[in-house]
Amino acid sequence: MLIAISFYVLAFTAIAAGFMVVAARNPVHSVMFLILTFFSAAGLFILMGAEFLALLLVMVYVGAVAVLFLFVVMMLDVDFVELKQGFLSYLPVGMIVAVILLAEMILVGAAYFAGESKTVVVTDSEVTNLEAIGNVLYTQYAGAFEAAGLILLVALIGAIVLTLRARSGVKIQNAMDQMARTREDGVELVDIEPGQGLG
Amino acid sequence: MLIGLHHYLIVAAILFTIGVFGIFVNRKNVIIILMCVELILLAVNINFVAFSTHMEPVAGADPIAGQIFALFILTVAAAEAAVGLAILVVYFRNRGNIAVENIDLMKG
Repeated sequence: MLIAISFYVLAFTAIAAGFMVVAARNPVHSVMFLILTFFSAAGLFILMGAEFLALLLVMVYVGAVAVLFLFVVMMLDVDFVELKQGFLSYLPVGMIVAVILLAEMILVGAAYFAGESKTVVVTDSEVTNLEAIGNVLYTQYAGAFEAAGLILLVALIGAIVLTLRARSGVKIQNAMDQMARTREDGVELVDIEPGQGLG
Repeated sequence: MLIGLHHYLIVAAILFTIGVFGIFVNRKNVIIILMCVELILLAVNINFVAFSTHMEPVAGADPIAGQIFALFILTVAAAEAAVGLAILVVYFRNRGNIAVENIDLMKG
Protein backbone atom coordinates (compact mmCIF):
# COMPACT_ATOMS: atom_id res chain seq x y z
CA MET A 1 0.00 0.00 0.00
CA LEU A 2 2.75 2.41 0.97
CA ILE A 3 4.62 1.49 -2.21
CA ALA A 4 1.52 2.15 -4.29
CA ILE A 5 1.01 5.56 -2.68
CA SER A 6 4.63 6.57 -3.15
CA PHE A 7 4.54 5.33 -6.74
CA TYR A 8 1.50 7.41 -7.60
CA VAL A 9 2.84 10.52 -5.86
CA LEU A 10 6.24 10.23 -7.57
CA ALA A 11 4.78 9.39 -10.97
CA PHE A 12 2.31 12.25 -10.82
CA THR A 13 5.03 14.68 -9.73
CA ALA A 14 7.32 13.52 -12.51
CA ILE A 15 4.66 13.87 -15.19
CA ALA A 16 3.36 17.22 -13.94
CA ALA A 17 6.88 18.64 -13.66
CA GLY A 18 7.75 17.22 -17.07
CA PHE A 19 4.78 19.02 -18.55
CA MET A 20 5.76 22.24 -16.81
CA VAL A 21 9.25 21.98 -18.39
CA VAL A 22 7.52 22.35 -21.73
CA ALA A 23 4.89 24.86 -20.68
CA ALA A 24 6.78 27.21 -18.35
CA ARG A 25 7.14 30.76 -19.61
CA ASN A 26 10.55 31.36 -18.07
CA PRO A 27 13.39 28.95 -19.01
CA VAL A 28 14.82 29.25 -15.50
CA HIS A 29 11.56 27.78 -14.20
CA SER A 30 11.82 25.10 -16.88
CA VAL A 31 15.22 24.07 -15.51
CA MET A 32 13.81 23.96 -11.98
CA PHE A 33 10.96 21.73 -13.13
CA LEU A 34 13.48 19.53 -14.95
CA ILE A 35 15.30 19.09 -11.64
CA LEU A 36 11.99 18.14 -9.97
CA THR A 37 11.31 15.62 -12.74
CA PHE A 38 14.70 14.01 -12.24
CA PHE A 39 14.24 13.88 -8.47
CA SER A 40 10.90 12.12 -8.88
CA ALA A 41 12.40 9.73 -11.42
CA ALA A 42 15.15 8.97 -8.93
CA GLY A 43 12.43 8.15 -6.41
CA LEU A 44 10.85 5.78 -8.93
CA PHE A 45 14.23 4.12 -9.43
CA ILE A 46 14.54 3.57 -5.69
CA LEU A 47 11.03 2.08 -5.64
CA MET A 48 12.13 -0.35 -8.36
CA GLY A 49 15.21 -1.32 -6.37
CA ALA A 50 17.85 0.42 -8.47
CA GLU A 51 19.38 2.59 -5.77
CA PHE A 52 22.71 3.11 -7.46
CA LEU A 53 21.18 4.55 -10.63
CA ALA A 54 18.84 6.73 -8.55
CA LEU A 55 21.73 8.33 -6.71
CA LEU A 56 23.68 8.63 -9.94
CA LEU A 57 20.72 10.39 -11.56
CA VAL A 58 20.59 12.93 -8.76
CA MET A 59 24.35 13.46 -8.86
CA VAL A 60 24.78 13.69 -12.62
CA TYR A 61 21.60 15.52 -13.55
CA VAL A 62 20.90 17.75 -10.59
CA GLY A 63 24.55 18.25 -9.75
CA ALA A 64 25.99 18.75 -13.22
CA VAL A 65 23.58 18.93 -16.14
CA ALA A 66 20.93 21.11 -14.50
CA VAL A 67 23.58 23.51 -13.22
CA LEU A 68 25.01 23.66 -16.75
CA PHE A 69 21.56 24.48 -18.12
CA LEU A 70 20.98 27.13 -15.46
CA PHE A 71 24.38 28.65 -16.19
CA VAL A 72 23.68 28.91 -19.91
CA VAL A 73 20.13 30.17 -19.45
CA MET A 74 21.25 32.92 -17.12
CA MET A 75 24.37 33.80 -19.12
CA LEU A 76 22.62 34.27 -22.46
CA ASP A 77 20.95 37.64 -22.69
CA VAL A 78 17.90 36.53 -24.65
CA ASP A 79 14.43 38.00 -24.80
CA PHE A 80 12.56 34.91 -23.68
CA VAL A 81 9.11 36.43 -24.12
CA GLU A 82 9.76 36.71 -27.83
CA LEU A 83 10.96 33.12 -27.96
CA LYS A 84 7.72 31.89 -26.44
CA GLN A 85 5.65 33.36 -29.27
CA GLY A 86 4.33 30.83 -31.75
CA PHE A 87 3.58 28.41 -28.91
CA LEU A 88 -0.12 28.45 -29.74
CA SER A 89 0.32 28.15 -33.49
CA TYR A 90 2.39 24.98 -33.10
CA LEU A 91 0.06 23.56 -30.44
CA PRO A 92 -2.33 21.63 -32.77
CA VAL A 93 0.47 19.84 -34.62
CA GLY A 94 2.22 19.05 -31.35
CA MET A 95 -0.98 17.74 -29.79
CA ILE A 96 -1.72 15.49 -32.78
CA VAL A 97 1.77 14.00 -32.76
CA ALA A 98 1.73 13.56 -28.97
CA VAL A 99 -1.69 11.87 -28.91
CA ILE A 100 -0.79 9.51 -31.75
CA LEU A 101 2.52 8.63 -30.13
CA LEU A 102 1.02 7.97 -26.70
CA ALA A 103 -1.87 5.96 -28.16
CA GLU A 104 0.56 3.82 -30.13
CA MET A 105 2.77 3.13 -27.15
CA ILE A 106 -0.15 2.28 -24.86
CA LEU A 107 -1.73 0.07 -27.53
CA VAL A 108 1.49 -1.85 -28.02
CA GLY A 109 1.87 -2.23 -24.25
CA ALA A 110 -1.74 -3.29 -23.79
CA ALA A 111 -1.49 -5.82 -26.60
CA TYR A 112 1.68 -7.22 -25.07
CA PHE A 113 0.30 -7.55 -21.57
CA ALA A 114 -3.19 -8.69 -22.56
CA GLY A 115 -2.08 -12.25 -23.23
CA GLU A 116 -0.21 -12.70 -20.00
CA SER A 117 -2.05 -13.18 -16.76
CA LYS A 118 0.87 -13.72 -14.43
CA THR A 119 2.28 -10.72 -12.67
CA VAL A 120 5.92 -9.92 -13.00
CA VAL A 121 7.81 -10.00 -9.77
CA VAL A 122 10.60 -7.79 -8.62
CA THR A 123 13.74 -9.87 -8.57
CA ASP A 124 14.88 -10.46 -5.03
CA SER A 125 18.49 -11.34 -4.72
CA GLU A 126 20.90 -11.64 -1.84
CA VAL A 127 23.43 -9.19 -3.28
CA THR A 128 22.74 -5.47 -3.08
CA ASN A 129 22.15 -3.39 -6.18
CA LEU A 130 25.50 -1.65 -5.86
CA GLU A 131 27.28 -4.99 -5.52
CA ALA A 132 25.49 -6.45 -8.53
CA ILE A 133 26.47 -3.50 -10.73
CA GLY A 134 30.02 -3.40 -9.45
CA ASN A 135 30.47 -7.11 -10.11
CA VAL A 136 29.87 -6.78 -13.84
CA LEU A 137 30.74 -3.15 -14.63
CA TYR A 138 34.51 -3.56 -14.37
CA THR A 139 34.70 -7.10 -15.67
CA GLN A 140 32.09 -8.00 -18.24
CA TYR A 141 31.41 -4.45 -19.39
CA ALA A 142 34.93 -3.08 -18.98
CA GLY A 143 35.22 -2.25 -22.68
CA ALA A 144 31.97 -0.28 -22.70
CA PHE A 145 33.07 1.43 -19.49
CA GLU A 146 36.29 2.59 -21.15
CA ALA A 147 34.30 3.74 -24.18
CA ALA A 148 32.06 5.81 -21.91
CA GLY A 149 35.14 7.46 -20.45
CA LEU A 150 36.39 8.19 -23.96
CA ILE A 151 33.02 9.75 -24.90
CA LEU A 152 33.19 11.99 -21.85
CA LEU A 153 36.75 13.02 -22.76
CA VAL A 154 35.70 13.85 -26.33
CA ALA A 155 32.73 15.87 -25.05
CA LEU A 156 34.99 17.70 -22.60
CA ILE A 157 37.54 18.64 -25.26
CA GLY A 158 34.82 19.40 -27.79
CA ALA A 159 33.00 21.78 -25.47
CA ILE A 160 36.23 23.60 -24.61
CA VAL A 161 37.35 23.88 -28.25
CA LEU A 162 33.93 25.13 -29.31
CA THR A 163 33.68 27.89 -26.76
CA LEU A 164 37.34 28.95 -26.72
CA ARG A 165 37.99 32.10 -28.69
CA ALA A 166 41.23 33.95 -29.42
CA ARG A 167 40.73 37.56 -28.41
CA SER A 168 42.96 40.19 -29.95
CA GLY A 169 44.56 42.98 -27.96
CA VAL A 170 45.06 40.93 -24.81
CA LYS A 171 48.50 40.74 -23.20
CA ILE A 172 49.20 37.08 -22.54
CA GLN A 173 52.32 35.03 -22.13
CA ASN A 174 53.52 33.15 -25.22
CA ALA A 175 55.34 30.11 -23.89
CA MET A 176 56.69 28.96 -27.28
CA ASP A 177 58.26 32.37 -28.00
CA GLN A 178 59.81 32.38 -24.57
CA MET A 179 61.34 28.96 -24.96
CA ALA A 180 62.62 29.63 -28.51
CA ARG A 181 64.51 32.68 -27.30
CA THR A 182 68.33 32.13 -27.16
CA ARG A 183 71.05 33.85 -25.24
CA GLU A 184 72.26 35.58 -28.41
CA ASP A 185 68.82 37.15 -29.02
CA GLY A 186 68.41 38.47 -25.54
CA VAL A 187 71.81 39.54 -24.23
CA GLU A 188 74.44 41.77 -25.79
CA LEU A 189 77.81 42.36 -24.12
CA VAL A 190 79.25 45.79 -24.70
CA ASP A 191 82.62 47.10 -23.66
CA ILE A 192 82.19 50.62 -22.42
CA GLU A 193 85.21 52.85 -22.43
CA PRO A 194 85.57 55.02 -19.34
CA GLY A 195 83.94 58.40 -19.74
CA GLN A 196 82.24 57.68 -23.09
CA GLY A 197 78.91 56.06 -22.46
CA LEU A 198 77.06 53.85 -24.92
CA GLY A 199 76.27 56.41 -27.61
CA MET B 1 -2.84 -2.53 -5.55
CA LEU B 2 0.33 -4.13 -6.78
CA ILE B 3 2.59 -1.83 -8.75
CA GLY B 4 3.82 -3.85 -11.69
CA LEU B 5 5.96 -3.38 -14.73
CA HIS B 6 3.24 -1.77 -16.82
CA HIS B 7 2.77 1.07 -14.32
CA TYR B 8 6.37 2.14 -14.85
CA LEU B 9 6.10 1.67 -18.60
CA ILE B 10 3.07 3.98 -18.73
CA VAL B 11 4.91 6.68 -16.76
CA ALA B 12 7.85 6.36 -19.16
CA ALA B 13 5.54 6.52 -22.18
CA ILE B 14 3.89 9.70 -20.89
CA LEU B 15 7.26 11.34 -20.16
CA PHE B 16 8.50 10.37 -23.64
CA THR B 17 5.39 11.87 -25.21
CA ILE B 18 5.81 15.08 -23.23
CA GLY B 19 9.37 15.32 -24.53
CA VAL B 20 8.34 14.88 -28.17
CA PHE B 21 5.44 17.29 -27.66
CA GLY B 22 7.82 19.88 -26.24
CA ILE B 23 10.11 19.64 -29.25
CA PHE B 24 7.15 20.21 -31.55
CA VAL B 25 5.68 23.10 -29.57
CA ASN B 26 8.80 25.06 -28.60
CA ARG B 27 10.07 25.69 -32.09
CA LYS B 28 11.97 28.83 -31.12
CA ASN B 29 13.84 28.04 -27.93
CA VAL B 30 16.81 25.69 -28.31
CA ILE B 31 17.34 25.43 -24.55
CA ILE B 32 13.85 23.98 -24.05
CA ILE B 33 14.46 21.57 -26.94
CA LEU B 34 17.65 20.33 -25.25
CA MET B 35 15.71 19.87 -22.02
CA CYS B 36 13.07 17.89 -23.91
CA VAL B 37 15.79 15.60 -25.26
CA GLU B 38 16.88 15.03 -21.66
CA LEU B 39 13.27 14.18 -20.76
CA ILE B 40 13.11 11.64 -23.60
CA LEU B 41 16.36 10.02 -22.47
CA LEU B 42 15.02 9.88 -18.90
CA ALA B 43 11.90 8.07 -20.16
CA VAL B 44 14.11 5.54 -21.96
CA ASN B 45 16.13 5.08 -18.77
CA ILE B 46 12.98 4.42 -16.76
CA ASN B 47 12.04 1.74 -19.29
CA PHE B 48 15.46 0.12 -19.06
CA VAL B 49 15.48 0.07 -15.27
CA ALA B 50 11.88 -1.18 -15.09
CA PHE B 51 12.56 -4.08 -17.41
CA SER B 52 15.82 -4.81 -15.60
CA THR B 53 14.28 -4.95 -12.13
CA HIS B 54 11.10 -6.78 -13.15
CA MET B 55 12.83 -9.38 -15.25
CA GLU B 56 12.43 -12.98 -14.24
CA PRO B 57 15.79 -14.73 -13.88
CA VAL B 58 16.45 -16.64 -17.06
CA ALA B 59 19.52 -18.72 -17.75
CA GLY B 60 21.94 -16.84 -20.00
CA ALA B 61 20.32 -13.44 -19.42
CA ASP B 62 21.65 -11.06 -16.82
CA PRO B 63 18.96 -8.79 -15.35
CA ILE B 64 21.53 -6.20 -14.28
CA ALA B 65 22.50 -5.53 -17.92
CA GLY B 66 19.56 -3.12 -18.26
CA GLN B 67 20.87 -0.97 -15.43
CA ILE B 68 24.37 -1.02 -16.90
CA PHE B 69 22.93 0.19 -20.19
CA ALA B 70 20.97 2.93 -18.38
CA LEU B 71 24.27 4.01 -16.82
CA PHE B 72 25.82 4.40 -20.26
CA ILE B 73 22.78 6.31 -21.53
CA LEU B 74 23.25 8.65 -18.57
CA THR B 75 26.88 9.19 -19.60
CA VAL B 76 26.02 9.92 -23.22
CA ALA B 77 23.18 12.23 -22.17
CA ALA B 78 25.55 14.27 -20.00
CA ALA B 79 28.08 14.51 -22.86
CA GLU B 80 25.33 15.49 -25.27
CA ALA B 81 24.10 18.25 -22.96
CA ALA B 82 27.62 19.66 -22.60
CA VAL B 83 28.33 19.73 -26.33
CA GLY B 84 24.84 20.99 -27.18
CA LEU B 85 25.08 23.88 -24.74
CA ALA B 86 28.58 24.72 -26.03
CA ILE B 87 27.23 24.90 -29.59
CA LEU B 88 24.38 27.06 -28.29
CA VAL B 89 26.79 29.50 -26.62
CA VAL B 90 28.86 29.79 -29.82
CA TYR B 91 25.70 30.32 -31.88
CA PHE B 92 24.50 33.01 -29.52
CA ARG B 93 27.89 34.72 -29.66
CA ASN B 94 27.77 34.85 -33.46
CA ARG B 95 24.11 35.67 -34.01
CA GLY B 96 22.92 37.44 -30.89
CA ASN B 97 19.83 35.25 -30.51
CA ILE B 98 18.99 31.55 -30.20
CA ALA B 99 15.92 31.29 -32.42
CA VAL B 100 15.88 27.85 -34.01
CA GLU B 101 14.02 29.08 -37.07
CA ASN B 102 17.06 30.99 -38.27
CA ILE B 103 19.48 28.07 -37.95
CA ASP B 104 18.53 26.77 -41.42
CA LEU B 105 20.10 29.89 -42.93
CA MET B 106 22.64 27.90 -44.92
CA LYS B 107 19.95 25.63 -46.39
CA GLY B 108 22.35 22.73 -46.12
